[in-house]
Amino acid sequence: MVIFSVYVLNRAGGLIYHYDHHTPKSEVEKTFSYPLDITLRGDDKLEVIFGEGGGIKVGHCLIAINGEPVVGRKLPDGRDASEILSNPDNFPINLKFGRLKLKTNERIMLASMFHPLFAIAVKLSPELRSSGIEVLEADCFKLHCFQSQTGLKFILLTDPKQMNTEGLLRKIYELYGDFALKNPFYSLDMPIRCELFDTNLQRILDQTERSGLYSSNPSLS
Amino acid sequence: MTIYNMYIFDRNGTCLYYEEWNRTKKSDMSHEQEFKLMYGMLYSIKSFVARISPFDSKDGFCSYTTSKYKLHFYETPTGLKLIMNTDINTNNARDTLQDIYSKVYVEYVVKNPLCKLDEPIQSELFKTKLDAYIKGLPAYN
Repeated sequence: MVIFSVYVLNRAGGLIYHYDHHTPKSEVEKTFSYPLDITLRGDDKLEVIFGEGGGIKVGHCLIAINGEPVVGRKLPDGRDASEILSNPDNFPINLKFGRLKLKTNERIMLASMFHPLFAIAVKLSPELRSSGIEVLEADCFKLHCFQSQTGLKFILLTDPKQMNTEGLLRKIYELYGDFALKNPFYSLDMPIRCELFDTNLQRILDQTERSGLYSSNPSLS
Repeated sequence: MTIYNMYIFDRNGTCLYYEEWNRTKKSDMSHEQEFKLMYGMLYSIKSFVARISPFDSKDGFCSYTTSKYKLHFYETPTGLKLIMNTDINTNNARDTLQDIYSKVYVEYVVKNPLCKLDEPIQSELFKTKLDAYIKGLPAYN
């Protein structure tokens, strides 16, 4: 029972809030000899495109060389990572691979990508009066989406077995109403920067994970 | 329990086969437009799921549910995509789609030398076999 992250989208599909509750770690460190038995490629980052093995998967990115972090394709001292890997003198070499965390820009892009998918699902419906995507299932996670009457979308990424997500989504909507909308410094459809909203959201997610249920909000009663 | 319709796409996005059984809402688009929209949506969902996923995914996207229907998706390693729309109470139909692929598509299309693999399926035998298979499912009513 794990909740991975929460996203809130405004009426136009813009991302106004995101919060990572639980980020699974997947980093693998391994010492390689020359030549490398995996194929790396990419313009802004070095990504594994072929040669899975020892926990390294296609789609993983190069994170560190001999303990030194790789940013983009460069080491902190400015050397290019692919040049180091093509020089046999640098071997044996210790490489660290893993999934990169999503950057804020990527999250904004994904949010605005979900918005039309939601609308197309309505258009392609074989039944009359269908809503948009409510639950999207993949093999290792489940995405739950709740659209409020006002067009806001609350998106929850959870473990496939997580229960009671519908109630939780409504609860998050309630929190949004209580702590974001009632904040006099909040302008509609803009990113939510509100500490109370953060802390309450965190508390509810913790509660749901622990018990599958949540108690009512003590600060309101 | 109902099965509404079914799409089969090849890896280039050509719609090889479309059939509907109990579809109540007729589309306001032409079939060609609808196929393009469907393929485009699936393509986007696949890349969306691959990027937002907290883990390394194997199969990736399986299905989505709206308030009225559920779309099941299965892709073979060769890129053939099978899509089935059912009502929301149907459980995971991945095995069914896999069966349709191995018992109907492979048997009556791939093993038929007269069927071109990248063109819409014309074979009457395939159509009747698929229809019989779908109507034999417990989910079909």
